[in-house]
Amino acid sequence: MALRPLLTRRTLASASGFSSNGGITTSFRGLQTFSLPDLPYDYGALQPAISGEIMQLHHQKHHQAYITNYNKALEQLHDAMSKGDAPAVVKLQSAIKFNGGGHVNHSIFWKNLAPIQGGGGEPPKGSLGWAIDNHFGSLDALVQKMNAEGAALQGSGWVWLGVDKELKKLVVETTSNQDPLVTKGPSLVPLIGIDVWEHAYYLQYKNVRPDYLKNIWKVINWKYASELYGKECP
Amino acid sequence: MGSFSLHASCLAKHNLPWSNGCSQNLNSLRIPALRGPGFLSRKASKILAFYGLKSPPYALDALEPYMSKRLLETHWGEHHHGYVEGLNKQLEKNDILYSYTLDELVKVTYNNGNPLPEFNNAAQVWNHDFFWESMQPGGGGMPELGLLQQIEKDFGSFTNFKEKFIEASLSLFGSGWVWLVLKRQEKRLEVVKTSNAVNPIAWDDIPLMSLDTWEHAYYQDYKHDRGKYVNAFMNHLVSWHVVTARIIRAEAFVNLGEPKIPVA
Repeated sequence: MALRPLLTRRTLASASGFSSNGGITTSFRGLQTFSLPDLPYDYGALQPAISGEIMQLHHQKHHQAYITNYNKALEQLHDAMSKGDAPAVVKLQSAIKFNGGGHVNHSIFWKNLAPIQGGGGEPPKGSLGWAIDNHFGSLDALVQKMNAEGAALQGSGWVWLGVDKELKKLVVETTSNQDPLVTKGPSLVPLIGIDVWEHAYYLQYKNVRPDYLKNIWKVINWKYASELYGKECP
Repeated sequence: MGSFSLHASCLAKHNLPWSNGCSQNLNSLRIPALRGPGFLSRKASKILAFYGLKSPPYALDALEPYMSKRLLETHWGEHHHGYVEGLNKQLEKNDILYSYTLDELVKVTYNNGNPLPEFNNAAQVWNHDFFWESMQPGGGGMPELGLLQQIEKDFGSFTNFKEKFIEASLSLFGSGWVWLVLKRQEKRLEVVKTSNAVNPIAWDDIPLMSLDTWEHAYYQDYKHDRGKYVNAFMNHLVSWHVVTARIIRAEAFVNLGEPKIPVA
């Protein structure tokens, strides 16, 4: 990403607002901080699978909080590193993992969803569709597997469909809290992540996580997943 | 056939034989003989393990406006209830675990950090029972007397403790619980964070009060604002009376001070 010093002063002033340059701002000290990426659809566009209220809170409050805290941790890390304060650097790792992971995961999540008119829920065709049938038997089998693992996840976390870019095969994995998929294997690339933290569904589905999982497939953006898959497994 | 009989109308009305509707039938009730010639020849009755869903010590609307009836109905009626049912289903298949008390079950299934599948349900049943009892309508305020002295001794001041507790609640990543705990070895109070279902009794410390920081514990009332929830808990819900009773009991197991042995 090229440095744009003129833009920097303006973005510094609106650091906590929305940014259209992909969510990355650069402070005058050269530290790259982050801002909330826009959603490519309205908050209400995913109804009735996910309510507008949930989308708004999820995006404006939860994702924003991860970004705010990630930026704060990065500033503190920058300070500690320049002072050579090793204990402080180590201590900051969990905040970076959690908040940074939260930002990474949610950025993927918004792209994983699309309104039905925008192709949400349309099954994957092409190489990804073929790979799913090959590896899991059918799209239905994959959905059942991910729903089962998502429902069984204790506490907070994510359920992923990923591709191992070395072995060129699809995997279904879960991660806890905000751990990104790469923590389960360095060559894993996330194609679809489903947030199973309670904040992702509680206001609409309460404790019935299986219902949320059943319904979210109606708004999953397989086009995006297929594009990613095509890039990793041409 | 069996030596146990109930008047048919009792069963139809789902009345227990000892409830008022069927008192006239008590005379016809014959308790099955546990010994004697008839016993072994009876088809063995399946005893199912059971833990019950314990009610909070207050009505579900008693904690309004800090914790709504609607939230408690879901949290207690669905989540806590779900853990109880889940646990009972698991214990049905496991004779050994069935024989433990809930406390023992939590410690055994924790398995020193490598939890068995029953741990999540067992611990969450324990945790929620403890949590409801840690709150009361008209709670909050300050502890008194010996408990306050102990808090001041171990945290410097009550304000310090409160800040530490709130900070722990806000910095807990993911789902979990925040506890005020009496450490058995160190003989002091501490604020402890645990993830998911983990509980300090697993390493033999004595919890005195807890706060559920799973999102389901506050989302319906406070949405994303965990800070507001924690403050409402500290200022209006936590029952220092219960904490006092718990620390009094704990002092039977942990010596918190020098014994006052009179000089002869």
